[in-house]
Amino acid sequence: MIANATSPNHLQLTRDGQLRHFLTLDGLGRELLTDILDTADSFIEVGERRIKKVPLLRGRTVVNLFFESSTRTRSTFELAAKRLSADVLNLDINTSATSKGESLSDTLLNLEAMASDMFVVRHAQSGAPHFIAESVTPGVAIINAGDGRHAHPTQAMLDMLTIRQHKGTFEGLKVAIVGDVLHSRVARSQIRALNELGAEQIRVIAPGTLLPSDVESLGCTVEYDMARGMKDLDVVIMLRLQKERMEGALLPSEREFYRLYGLSQEKLALAHPECIVMHPGPINRGVEIESAVADGPQSVILNQVTNGIAIRMAVMSMAMGGQVAERQQKLTELTERGLA
Amino acid sequence: MSALLDIDQLMDKLEAGLRRLLKERNIESPVLVGIRTGGVWVADILGKRLGIEEPFGELDISFYRDDFSRIGLNPKVTPSSLPFDTEGRDIILVDDVIMSGRTIRAAMNELFDYGRPASIILASLIDLGARELPIQPDVSGQALELAAQQRVKLRGPDPLRIELQETAQ
Repeated sequence: MIANATSPNHLQLTRDGQLRHFLTLDGLGRELLTDILDTADSFIEVGERRIKKVPLLRGRTVVNLFFESSTRTRSTFELAAKRLSADVLNLDINTSATSKGESLSDTLLNLEAMASDMFVVRHAQSGAPHFIAESVTPGVAIINAGDGRHAHPTQAMLDMLTIRQHKGTFEGLKVAIVGDVLHSRVARSQIRALNELGAEQIRVIAPGTLLPSDVESLGCTVEYDMARGMKDLDVVIMLRLQKERMEGALLPSEREFYRLYGLSQEKLALAHPECIVMHPGPINRGVEIESAVADGPQSVILNQVTNGIAIRMAVMSMAMGGQVAERQQKLTELTERGLA
Repeated sequence: MSALLDIDQLMDKLEAGLRRLLKERNIESPVLVGIRTGGVWVADILGKRLGIEEPFGELDISFYRDDFSRIGLNPKVTPSSLPFDTEGRDIILVDDVIMSGRTIRAAMNELFDYGRPASIILASLIDLGARELPIQPDVSGQALELAAQQRVKLRGPDPLRIELQETAQ
């Protein structure tokens, strides 16, 4: 864990409360989260036009800095930046060989020398985007695309957008997050967002071995029995079993996991008849979710992908907007004091 | 604050100007597009007066503004909605007030991302002059010259009224 010296909000918000980086949902209030969702709604409309592009980030350079591989997240960030008219540079950096702290600083210095305006960062270490935001040149926006087990705020927000699209509101909703919560940065961000936006009940459903010890302190209830947990649900969010992150025997077997915590048609029938089924992808068919459910009428999994582009456009343009407005404000102040 | 302009008279003038222009150009089935917020209210009234049955479009130009690099993104952007295909159509673009011309430039850039219209006519309820770009309305309800401390604001939608405000300078 890289030390978090500065509080996230001091770092990611301007004096006026606008985004300048997007690192975590911690400390972002309901109004700002709603502004992000509303802005994304407008970008969804842009995505339906003949020309799916707006000129907001024209002439700016966005670097996708992926220290950990990802197909969906990286490609939707890339498409989002391109639809905002930015120039995009994709860098996949394998960190396993080098000393991380040092290579990170050096990489950053080189990229800043290329006059980049925004870094979209994915890193296996919790706190890496925060660390970069602390040390980067003023005016450069940092977007967290997933860090360690800490947070994946754009994924959580695209899930919130999907829920709002289908349910209209968060008030009174019963939502469950099922599966590998222990290794999931998404689950943490989702619980945070659902609480802030006013969901009525947030349940996590998982075996004890796949839950962090402090999970209830995040603001949710725990259910070990899936049949009980599915009752009256409006939204069920399945998590991917992160086999690549598992050390030792946390699971008896995939088959056993599916029997207990996989989402089958039978288990889904226990929820509210209009319950929607979500999954951040990539899905392991037959491990977390039955194919008939993933492809079924209650599944909104592909909506999530479309919404991912709109949410990323919203967050990128808002953070860049916060940066430029802040710079302009400082310049005005300097001019007024006769210093510029 | 005062409401010195009679909105019905301005609308009469806009309507008459548009009828004349549409006839001159042999345009039989134009569509209306209003710029949020005031332009949408004016487009609504014009649609009824001109007997255009197709629902009008609404543009939110926030993503096309040329001052993003100075003030950032409008936090209250709402989705634009064009309930028709603009390709090959004759469009009447409507705003409440025209001044610098920058809003209209942004609106035209946005319109062209939906397709290539056959033509665009620009209608503005009030023309304040002070243009910064070579953009002129084809039809306007009233030309107005304001003193430096004066602002004009359309309130609506029901009833629609024009307010002249004196700002402290």
